[in-house]
Amino acid sequence: MAYLEGNNLVASYGVVPILHECSVQVEKGELAVIVGPNGAGKSTVMRVLLGMLEATSGSVTLDGKDISMLSTQDRISHGLAFVPQTKNVFPSMTVEENLQMGGFIRKDDISNTINEVYELFPILYEKRKQLAEQLSGGQRQQVAFGRAMMTKPSIMLLDEPTAGVSPIVMDEIFSNILDVKNAGMAVLMVEQNAQQALNIADKGFVLVSGRNEHTGTGKELINDNEVRKKFLGG
Amino acid sequence: MSDSIDILNALALMTNFVILPALSYGSQLALGALAVTLVYSVLRFSNFAQADSMSFGTMIVILLSSYLISKGWIISGVPTALLVIPVAVIGMFAYLIAIDKLVYKHYRKIKAKSITIVMASIGVMFVTGGIVRFILTAKAQKFADGERFIFSVREFKAFTGMQQGIALKTSQFLTITIAILLVAFIFYFLQKTKTGKAMRAYSDNKELALLSGINPDKMVQITWLLVAVLTTIAGTLYGLDKGFAPQQYHLLLLPIFASVIVGGIGSPVGAIAGAFLVSFSEVLLTYAYKKFLMYLLPLSMHPNSLVQLIGTEYKYAISFVILVIVLLIKPTGLFKGKVIVDE
Repeated sequence: MAYLEGNNLVASYGVVPILHECSVQVEKGELAVIVGPNGAGKSTVMRVLLGMLEATSGSVTLDGKDISMLSTQDRISHGLAFVPQTKNVFPSMTVEENLQMGGFIRKDDISNTINEVYELFPILYEKRKQLAEQLSGGQRQQVAFGRAMMTKPSIMLLDEPTAGVSPIVMDEIFSNILDVKNAGMAVLMVEQNAQQALNIADKGFVLVSGRNEHTGTGKELINDNEVRKKFLGG
Repeated sequence: MSDSIDILNALALMTNFVILPALSYGSQLALGALAVTLVYSVLRFSNFAQADSMSFGTMIVILLSSYLISKGWIISGVPTALLVIPVAVIGMFAYLIAIDKLVYKHYRKIKAKSITIVMASIGVMFVTGGIVRFILTAKAQKFADGERFIFSVREFKAFTGMQQGIALKTSQFLTITIAILLVAFIFYFLQKTKTGKAMRAYSDNKELALLSGINPDKMVQITWLLVAVLTTIAGTLYGLDKGFAPQQYHLLLLPIFASVIVGGIGSPVGAIAGAFLVSFSEVLLTYAYKKFLMYLLPLSMHPNSLVQLIGTEYKYAISFVILVIVLLIKPTGLFKGKVIVDE
C-alpha cells in the first residue's frame, strides 16, 4: 500500500461528472506527476485528496488510514500540505510572516522549521523582511513552498507550480521541487508542462476525461510512443 | 485690537479655533474610519452602519453614565462617560455579534457579492439608528460632566499675558490622547501578535488562511470586538466634544467614508491620514479668517467681510468634494488601498 492513495475516485461539480474511478498513489520520498489535457480533472484529483471537494465514491488513505471523512484542516494536521496554483502567498505580509502563518496551527516552537526553510531557500532568508508581493515569481513560489512546509508535512501537493512563468523561472521552480523532495517529503503535483515534469518525476499519471489513461515511471511515459504523440507534442 | 502685525496672537487664534478642533475631530473620524477599514479588510464590505453604530455605542454610554450620576457614583473632575466605556464596549460587542449572526453570517455563507452585503448594512444602519431614536429620542443632549477645561482661555491669557487665548477642553485633550493610545494598540495588535497577523492573513487570502488552519469564525469575532472598541470610544469622544444627537452622528458617515477612501480603503494608516485630511479641510475651509488676517495685515488692508471660504452649513459638502477629487485623480487613495474583487 502506497503512502498516499486515492482509490477509484468519482467526483463531480454539481451534475457535471469530472472523475471516473481515477486512482493515484504516491510513496514517501517520491515525486509523482499528474499530466493530461485541459479538463481531464487533474486539479480535481487534488481537491478530492485534500477534502476540498467531496468524492461521490472512492477513498483516500494516508499511511494506510482512511482519511476520506476528514476536513481539509484535519488532513493538513495529519501531514498533507497544499500549494495552490495561484494566490499561494499572503501578498501584503513579509516572507517571515508568511512562514509564521504556515505554522499557525502548531503549538510548539516553529523557529527551527523556519530556519530549515531558510536553509533550503537561502534567498528567503535575505528577503525575510520584504513583502511577498515584492518578490519575483520564482521567489514567491519558494515562499509558497516554504509556507506549506511549516506544518512539517509528510506529503506536499502542488497544483501547477509552473503555470504562467517563463522557462527560466520554470527550471528554477522544478529545481526547488527536487529540493523539497530531497528534504524527505513525498510530492504529488499537477503539471501542464508535461515533458519537463515527467523528466524529473519518479512516477507519472496520464489522465484523460477523469480516467487513468497511462501510468508508469517518468521515463516509461516519455518513451511511450502513444503518450508522446498525444500529450507531449511528438 | 492692535494695529501692528502680531504673529503670535494670530497663531494662538489658529491653534484655538482651527488646530485643536481639527485635531480632535480628526481623531474621532480616524477611529471610525479605522473600524470601517477593518470591516472592509476582513469581512469584505463597506459598513454603512458604522456612524449609527457609533451613535448606538454612545447611547449605551449615556444610559450607563446617567445611571451612575443619578446614584451619585462619580469621580469628581473625570467625565463619568469615560468610566463606563469598558462596560459599554461589551454591550456594543454583543449588539454587533447579534447583528452579525442575524444578518451578515447568512451572506457570508451563501458567498454573496460584496455589494449585496453593503445593501444589508444600509438596512442595519436604519435599524440601529431607529433603536437609538426609540430609546433616547431624536433630541440633542449633552452628557459631558466633570472638569470642562484642562486650561481655559482666561487662565491661558493670565499665564501668558497674550491678547488671544487658547483653551484646551478636557474633551479635546481626552480625544487626542485616547486616540493615539488606541491607534498604537491596534497597530501593535495587527503587526506583532499572532492573532493580529492571522487577521491580516485572513484579509489577504482567505483560502490560504483556511489551508493554514486559521479559523474564520474567530477572525470575524475578533474583528467585531475591535470594531466595538473603536466605535464606542469614537462615538463617546465625539459626543463629549460636540454633544449627542442621533442625526448628527448619522451624518458622520460621509466624512468617515471620505477619510477611508482618501487614505486608501483597506489601509489602516490611510484611514488615519485620510481622517485628518478631511477634518482639517472641513475646519480650514469653514473658518472665518477675518480676525486672523487682522492680526497679520496692516490696518489699511483689514478685511471687511468674514473671509470665510464656505459656510459651515456646507461642511458635509467638503467631504463629498474630497471624495470626488480622490476618485477622479487617485482612486486607490493616498496609501494604496485594495479593492474587493468578487470571486
